Amino acid sequence: MTGTHLPYNFHNDQSDVISARFKGPQGSFKLDAAFTLPAAGITALFGPSGCGKTSVLRCIAGLNAMKEGFFSLKGGIWQDQSRFLPAHKRPVGYVFQEASLFPHLSVKQNLVYGQKRSQPLSPSDTARLDQDDVIELLGIGPLLQRSPNKLSGGERQRVAIGRALLSCPSILLMDEPMAALDRFSKNEILPYLERLHDELKIPILYVSHDISEVERLADQMVLMQQGTVKAAGPLQSLLSNPDLSLARMPDAASVLGGTLSAMDDAFGISTIMVSGRPFYVPGVKGPIGHPIRLRIEASDVALSRHMPEGSSSILNTPSVTIETIQPFGDHMANIFLTLGEDLDRQTLIARISNKSLHALDLRTGDRLQAMIKSVSMVR
Amino acid sequence: MLEAIILTLELAITVTILLLIIGTPIAWWLARSKSWWKEVVGTLVSLPLVLPPTVLGFYLLLALGPNSMLGRSIAAVVGHTLPFTFAGLVVASIIYSLPFMVQPVRNAFEAIGDRPLEVASTLRASPLDCFFSVVLPLARPGLITGTILSFAHTVGEFGVVLMIGGNIPGETKVLSIAIYDYVETLEWNKAHFLAGGMLVFSFLVIFSTTTIEKRLRRRMQ
Repeated sequence: MTGTHLPYNFHNDQSDVISARFKGPQGSFKLDAAFTLPAAGITALFGPSGCGKTSVLRCIAGLNAMKEGFFSLKGGIWQDQSRFLPAHKRPVGYVFQEASLFPHLSVKQNLVYGQKRSQPLSPSDTARLDQDDVIELLGIGPLLQRSPNKLSGGERQRVAIGRALLSCPSILLMDEPMAALDRFSKNEILPYLERLHDELKIPILYVSHDISEVERLADQMVLMQQGTVKAAGPLQSLLSNPDLSLARMPDAASVLGGTLSAMDDAFGISTIMVSGRPFYVPGVKGPIGHPIRLRIEASDVALSRHMPEGSSSILNTPSVTIETIQPFGDHMANIFLTLGEDLDRQTLIARISNKSLHALDLRTGDRLQAMIKSVSMVR
Repeated sequence: MLEAIILTLELAITVTILLLIIGTPIAWWLARSKSWWKEVVGTLVSLPLVLPPTVLGFYLLLALGPNSMLGRSIAAVVGHTLPFTFAGLVVASIIYSLPFMVQPVRNAFEAIGDRPLEVASTLRASPLDCFFSVVLPLARPGLITGTILSFAHTVGEFGVVLMIGGNIPGETKVLSIAIYDYVETLEWNKAHFLAGGMLVFSFLVIFSTTTIEKRLRRRMQ
């Protein structure tokens, strides 16, 4: 999928998709980005700094105007060759990278600034949260009477998110909302972002250059490079695609979707069913039946031809099939492994040395035992 | 003497209010426009800072007088030419004090940057709405400085007034002219009283401008 000729009317039914195409000079580079994705969940715009992620977001908000641009959300066209909806008429909620609260207004006045100026276009398409919901969702009740300059970085960003939500947006645009925060504030704000994901009915576009954030939050991903879209689709399929650069990152990882099926309080271990197979993961998160996302770093996965049950301290030793073998650097290889059967398949990546590759004489189609040293629950 | 004080205050208040109305849009345009000739306009606005007041007064006298097109058209509308009237003083003072309003307000507008405007537009504020709900409140220190400086500068002007207003009691005889008159007629006590008053007034203007600005800036940061 390349940026140049992606048909934005690819889906016959435009009523449930985000469709974007922006082309034109943008500062020092040329933006030529296009994607069409389901208008639901969190979509990460991911790529290195300066690849045009923020430009795309600004184009969607109407803050930048491109020579050629098209944007539609759930069938409503915001811009094409003949029309351009100005920024203040687009139902977006925009969270800027740095805290952008109005310093002359209190937290409360900031929150209602957009709310006072917006009417929901069609109630079902917007985040119909009332003030109390938003204040509760983001935990900003105690801050209302304060001045923005008396808030911490994390608090400011939560208020900015609340302000954006209260303006009845049909889509929430977030431009690296945590980039300007220290690690402490990041950890403070992440749970709120996860709650947004669970409770909001509107799609969220989230710009990030931090893959761990993306692995934790995103459902879909738009992978950008030098102003173009390299790929767009579900997060898992992009992360485990051998043709993309993601698997060649130093900290490449696979993300697996599963369901929490049991908890062992004595050992503090949760059992998560992934593609019909149990994974044992330290820590306890959420009620039984809750969807869980696991992250497994490629270098934490070892492979074995023969692995008798109970012969090692490693908890997770699922059976896998080799799908693709790809060189990584001069002396390593990425092995793409299939987990599970038929429709319920997911991909796991293992990074091993060429020496092991030859010693085990690994070939596509081989059935093996994966030994996973470390699994983390990211969501 | 009281007549001169009242006339001066009347002039300064009228001019300051008109300058707020005229100077703010000019400052906004100068702060935001990307047009190449904005600095030409900016320079024209700033000229009174360096021009000798008498030069400015001289040209204004010619421009507004009965021998110029402008002067004749104004006379046709209002019934008389502007030099040596209160209205003439107002026009001259506006031009003379324009940079004292435009400069600080322009600086304040420029300091705001693009971001608050973008934020306001993503929160559905139209450009005009944004100007009143975000730009003006954020530029308040600059607006206050501009107001105080324009007022004080109008109170203190002499050369332009002398050139275009002359010395007509109750019409154009303002404080600075009155002081000059008292000195000329050797009425030292009255000159002392007015000059001393001006000294205190000027001190208070500068002192209050700096303290207000400092306080506002601290509150916003």
